[in-house]
Amino acid sequence: MELTVNGKKHQLDVEADMPLLWAIRDVLGLTGTKYGCGVAQCGACTVLVDGVATRSCVTPVEAVAGQAITTIEAIEADAVGRKVVDAWVNVQVAQCGYCQSGQVMAATALLKQIPKPSDAQIAEAMTNLCRCGTYNAIAAAVRQAAQA
Amino acid sequence: MNDLSFLHRLPAEKPLNLSRRGLFAAAAGTLVLGIAVPASRPRAQASAQGKVQPGTRIPAFLEIRPDSTVLLRSPFVEGGQGIYTALSQIIGEELDLEPARFVVETAPPGADYLMIDGLRFTGGSFSVRSSYEAMRKLGASARHMLLEAAAAEWRVARNTLTTRPGLVVHEASGRTLPYGQLASAASKLKAPETVALRDKGQFRYIGKPVQRLDVRDKSTGQAKYAIDTQIEGMLFAAVQHSPRLGGEPATLKNEAAIRAMPGVHSVHRLPGAVAVAANNWWRASKAVEALEVEWKEPPAGTAGAMPANFSSESHLAHLVSRPGNGMEAEIHGNPAEAFPRAAKIVEATYTAPHLAHGQLEPPSATARFNADGSLELWAPNQAPEFFQQAAAKVAGLAPEKVIIHSPILGGFFGRHFLYASANPFPQAILLAKATGRTVKLVWSREEEFLRDAVRPMAVARFRAGIGADGMPIALEAVAINEGAVGRWFGRQPNKVDSSAVEGLAEKPYAVPHRRVGHILVDDPAVIGFWRSVGHSMNDFFFETFFDEMAQAGGQDPYELRLRLLAGSPRHRSLLEAVAALSGGWKRGPFAAADGSMRARGVAMASPFGSEVATIAEVSIAGGEITVHDVWVAIDPGSIVNPAIIEAQVQSAVALGVSSALLEEVVYVNGMPQARNYDGYPILPPTRMPKVHVRIIESGAKMGGIGEPGLPGVPPAIANAVAALNGQRLRNLPFAKAKLDPVRG
Repeated sequence: MELTVNGKKHQLDVEADMPLLWAIRDVLGLTGTKYGCGVAQCGACTVLVDGVATRSCVTPVEAVAGQAITTIEAIEADAVGRKVVDAWVNVQVAQCGYCQSGQVMAATALLKQIPKPSDAQIAEAMTNLCRCGTYNAIAAAVRQAAQA
Repeated sequence: MNDLSFLHRLPAEKPLNLSRRGLFAAAAGTLVLGIAVPASRPRAQASAQGKVQPGTRIPAFLEIRPDSTVLLRSPFVEGGQGIYTALSQIIGEELDLEPARFVVETAPPGADYLMIDGLRFTGGSFSVRSSYEAMRKLGASARHMLLEAAAAEWRVARNTLTTRPGLVVHEASGRTLPYGQLASAASKLKAPETVALRDKGQFRYIGKPVQRLDVRDKSTGQAKYAIDTQIEGMLFAAVQHSPRLGGEPATLKNEAAIRAMPGVHSVHRLPGAVAVAANNWWRASKAVEALEVEWKEPPAGTAGAMPANFSSESHLAHLVSRPGNGMEAEIHGNPAEAFPRAAKIVEATYTAPHLAHGQLEPPSATARFNADGSLELWAPNQAPEFFQQAAAKVAGLAPEKVIIHSPILGGFFGRHFLYASANPFPQAILLAKATGRTVKLVWSREEEFLRDAVRPMAVARFRAGIGADGMPIALEAVAINEGAVGRWFGRQPNKVDSSAVEGLAEKPYAVPHRRVGHILVDDPAVIGFWRSVGHSMNDFFFETFFDEMAQAGGQDPYELRLRLLAGSPRHRSLLEAVAALSGGWKRGPFAAADGSMRARGVAMASPFGSEVATIAEVSIAGGEITVHDVWVAIDPGSIVNPAIIEAQVQSAVALGVSSALLEEVVYVNGMPQARNYDGYPILPPTRMPKVHVRIIESGAKMGGIGEPGLPGVPPAIANAVAALNGQRLRNLPFAKAKLDPVRG
């Protein structure tokens, strides 16, 4: 199985139905993408697949072979991603931080698709859970990144 | 949680035979203030030299590195509350070094770090308030030694020298030396006996919204949590627990087939669980879930085992039906005499369910036995020495042979104390032993919901006597529950567990005759500390019942609070501050700009040494409560970082709203029904209110920050709903209530 992650091709000897999350974390050793629930409820595992926010815990690797997968480790190499990270730092979004990889990926995907989203569009796209309740800061950071 | 006497009762019903004496066995450190040593091993090792005064020995805490950055070993674990940043501000203020130049990690076990009354844990909103003075002195002492080292180097008097951030300066000659170049010489000097602290008026870092040290790493996937631990050659393990606590694995019907699954290394029986080790976690998890296990039920009455007939519904009914007024926790005046004089009696019963922590990082533990016979453990924990003791017991080693790493926590809220059966590290140790390999064990979210230590179920029964003038003259509150402090730190036969009644007791209102009692009923679930502990439910009970008293006396709930706080200027001005923050007290119902009918409720709480007043604004539509805005005025006495305080209040409000509206662990047949967030919803972004915070520094003794923002939220919401539709919500969570229509 060939996966393209952060611009690099990898040959993986894994089952076709292995969730992308575990290929990224345990096989490729990239731990920035987080396991939270395993059932696409929380969004901590969000990565970009061809620029689209995707919950990797329920995405089998075979479904994304040949597509461009971006994880949080490469987010600052992306112009939009860099703006998002800067806004996250400016607004001081993170508390425990565990969900923030996924939040940054979701925000990046949103701004790639809609550079100037309305508050309603932000609410529709930013559905990942945060147990620390940083939701107001997340929305503020997305708005700030859209202005940058 | 302000009563610390329980700490000195350790151990009582100890989970893993913790020995308090053992906690002190790992004693004095041997660190030097100077050149950094690679941090491959904890250096606070046992030493024969005398007793250590915690928080005083500079080398145990600070390593000034050649580039004038500082490695700080924190007594407290970082789990989002901002303690790494706050400690860097406090020490940096006195050391004269920008907080941004600190690198912080959680210290290994050691006597130097026992900052809370001779013990160490991260909780009870204790971190800053328990260490503030000591950390200031530490920074000031280190600065003093750097000045002395420079004075010797330049052969000038110390009092001709001063500092700028990271530099010692000789103004007369214009010479400067960076701290990094002086650290080695300074480390050979004796720490000063006494040292002057900086005047509060001159603070540059304390009291300022200094940026957190960890935000960029946490925004770019670089922050490493326990679950991210990677050790070369490690095995990945997953477990399946007995669905009911106390069951043991009997037969594994398809063990051979599971062993043959791809990547599977081995199958294991553990106490109360089965495990599979494999070459990645998904394979281990898939294999262990496919294991067909027959569970052997424990004999009826086995201590700690979950009864097969236990259900939330029946336990709640049991609590509600307990008669009497319990053991006295607090009494003022003579309620028994006062009640007959009342013109009116109000009675109500309130209930709160078990709650899960729901922190997003699932528990994990990585265990490695080293060639020198030591055990190395990476595990999320709020109390390294406790975990070290317990791990030593499991591994059959002396405590000093156990090296504990305490990575940052992906949320905690009370989840990572040493709760028997709720931590994966004993399993990881057994698996590492059995396989002879390093093992990283991760609990799936489903196993976490099965074995979390939940907030105790609780009931409160109230009776109030209202005088002819509408003022409450007598009040009785009876808490019916089991407190988490009693469970884990031991009970005292003649004393009420403060964690069971906090939020009912020590309320500031001048009701002349009042009594708080406690009826202890064992909770069959494994209970634990949940953010703001007893306050999280008891302040809901009390402050919501307060509005019932106000209504019975024909009084506005805000005005009645003010009147009953007439003798307490601190509380009164706090209440006025939250009203002002919200644009003036306005109960409603009123029509909002968007046409919805809304109302506001108010509540107060005195948790963890701080004082809090809260107002919430709600509307009701489609059978659901919407919380639009929450205003919080918080008085922690004095502060370190206003930006972090505001963030912590935002966070506490989120958890408060979540618990008020949505959360409930439901047991049927001794098993929790929800095993993931689909069955146990937590607050989603769409239901987060706007949060407005005012911080008041009254100058009172410093209080806590991480938890105090929570307890006022559920009652403020309930009181707002009552203002809106006249309905009293007495049972958490409100999602279970059928809401009455809004009053026009």
